[in-house]
Amino acid sequence: MRRNTLSLLALGAILTIIGLALAAPLVAPYDPDAPQAEETLQAPGWRHWLGTDIYGRDQLSRIVWAARVDLLVALAATAMALTTGCVLGALAGYRGGLVDQVVMRLVDTIMAFPAFILAMGITAAAGNATANVVVAIAITHVPIYTRLIRSEMLRVREMEYAEAARTVGNRQRRIIFFHLLPNCFPPVIVQATLAMGFAILTVAALSFIGLGIQPPQSEWGAMAAEGASYIVSGEWWIFLFPGLAIMVTVLAFNLVGDSLRDLLDPRMRGVA
Amino acid sequence: MGLGRYVATRVLLVLPTLFGVTLITFALTYLLPGNPALVKAGPLATPEHIREMERQMGLDRPVPVQYWRYLSGVLRGDFGESATTGRPVLQDFLQRVPATLELTLASMLIAIAVGIPLGVVAAVRRDGPVDHASRLLGVGGVAMPTFWTGLLAVYLFFYHLGVAPPPLGRLSPGVMAPTALTGLYAVDALLTGNARALGSALHQLMLPSLTLGFSVMAPVTRMVRATMLEILESDYIKAAWAAGLPRRTIVYGDALRNCLIPVITLVGVVFGFLMAGNVVVEIVFAWPGIGNYAVTSLLTKDAAPIQGFVLFVAVVYVLINLTVDLVYGVVDPRIRLR
Repeated sequence: MRRNTLSLLALGAILTIIGLALAAPLVAPYDPDAPQAEETLQAPGWRHWLGTDIYGRDQLSRIVWAARVDLLVALAATAMALTTGCVLGALAGYRGGLVDQVVMRLVDTIMAFPAFILAMGITAAAGNATANVVVAIAITHVPIYTRLIRSEMLRVREMEYAEAARTVGNRQRRIIFFHLLPNCFPPVIVQATLAMGFAILTVAALSFIGLGIQPPQSEWGAMAAEGASYIVSGEWWIFLFPGLAIMVTVLAFNLVGDSLRDLLDPRMRGVA
Repeated sequence: MGLGRYVATRVLLVLPTLFGVTLITFALTYLLPGNPALVKAGPLATPEHIREMERQMGLDRPVPVQYWRYLSGVLRGDFGESATTGRPVLQDFLQRVPATLELTLASMLIAIAVGIPLGVVAAVRRDGPVDHASRLLGVGGVAMPTFWTGLLAVYLFFYHLGVAPPPLGRLSPGVMAPTALTGLYAVDALLTGNARALGSALHQLMLPSLTLGFSVMAPVTRMVRATMLEILESDYIKAAWAAGLPRRTIVYGDALRNCLIPVITLVGVVFGFLMAGNVVVEIVFAWPGIGNYAVTSLLTKDAAPIQGFVLFVAVVYVLINLTVDLVYGVVDPRIRLR
């Protein structure tokens, strides 16, 4: 029961964050990029709930606008990785043989890199652009989905309904993507929800080190990086709130992912 | 499968992976937009100059030839040259690896020293206070961006409480580095009996290693807890209970010992997380390691160190996972049958 309340709270948090991101122009009290010379480095207060930065930009407005970037990049990367992973995993699992070998070697190679390091290398090579960050994160996430779908596909292709679909003479492509793939989805959905959190952490860490999303575009990791210089002079609100935004968002996705897993796979309940 | 054959197969399997890794880093270095000749020749270069540069760098040759040149270079330890420091990337690396190694080892030690007992107690006293704390760490800890944990630590322990030194590298200003033996300042200072350097090195190491250690503590705890739970449910533990053995013998003798074997595989996973965390933690604490070097090179658009770093980390990662597999095969013969 308590667990359910927590999951609902988390789901509510995700919806709220998405809602705020979509409604950014309406809810953000100030222009996120407008410098205000007379309002620099204001501590949180009535005029600026979360304070202002060195240029006098309103932190709350910037955090709300930044939610758009972080969520969109994470969502696009997850969608891209999911699609690629589904196609590769389905083909590898259903066809086996050479296709399977090639796909799995490719996946192994990507997994030979720690994910963040590979994302860093790709973004550095491809250049600083939001689209490149999306592709970089997507590439590092493809192996998870490919392996999951492949193992599910190995299971369902032996099922009777798969046999039935073959017997009545469906084309292979139709069997794979229409009859079998949807049955592989449950664990993948769980994984995708958890991967959203991981993707957000990666975007933030990439822009924290100066890769990817470029200023003045506000992004949580980049904002925290700006705030780092003001810690020694005691302006704590600049680094604190963007990080808090990341933590709450990632936490919400993880909690929802965990309860989805419990729902879809009751054996895992309370174990991990 | 005998041990010898297991080792041989496992080592041979690494070769295609390493080949794939160099293919990817090669692609990152040479095939993506951004002509390296253009960068090297500088902004004022004429088209003839650029073509000459391309010829010199071998960029006009077919791609397989270029890859071969790249691979043979890498095998000779040639990772290119840093445009910023003007030195071979490998040389810059070797100078900075000890700093990264010191931070990584200290963090791993912290994560294991806290994570394993926490996971064990959480499993043994399931749904008790420690278990709840471990779950909180499991969900909360992994949601915190590592750079932010680091910044929080600096704010709390340096700015507010004043118990930590400023986040500026491996030694306080004015303290001489100890005589280099291993390159790990804390170890070197200990070995040479240099108390001043030892104190300073440990003091500087405190916050970065706690930050990084904290970032991987959650996965360690989670896995130890899950493994321990599984073992506590197993038949031989039930048999031990039925035989009336004392609780301590069962939990901390039989169960814990068997739990630690799968935990060996953690080292590989944890190392992957640590390498990612290293990069941001080294930035937050101005720690002069290879992650810091790579990021500094990013800012000056210096490609060779970054790609060298990616390759270096991937190779080390592959080798560590290989070692983990081999050790696992030795301590748990069942694994060799798969």
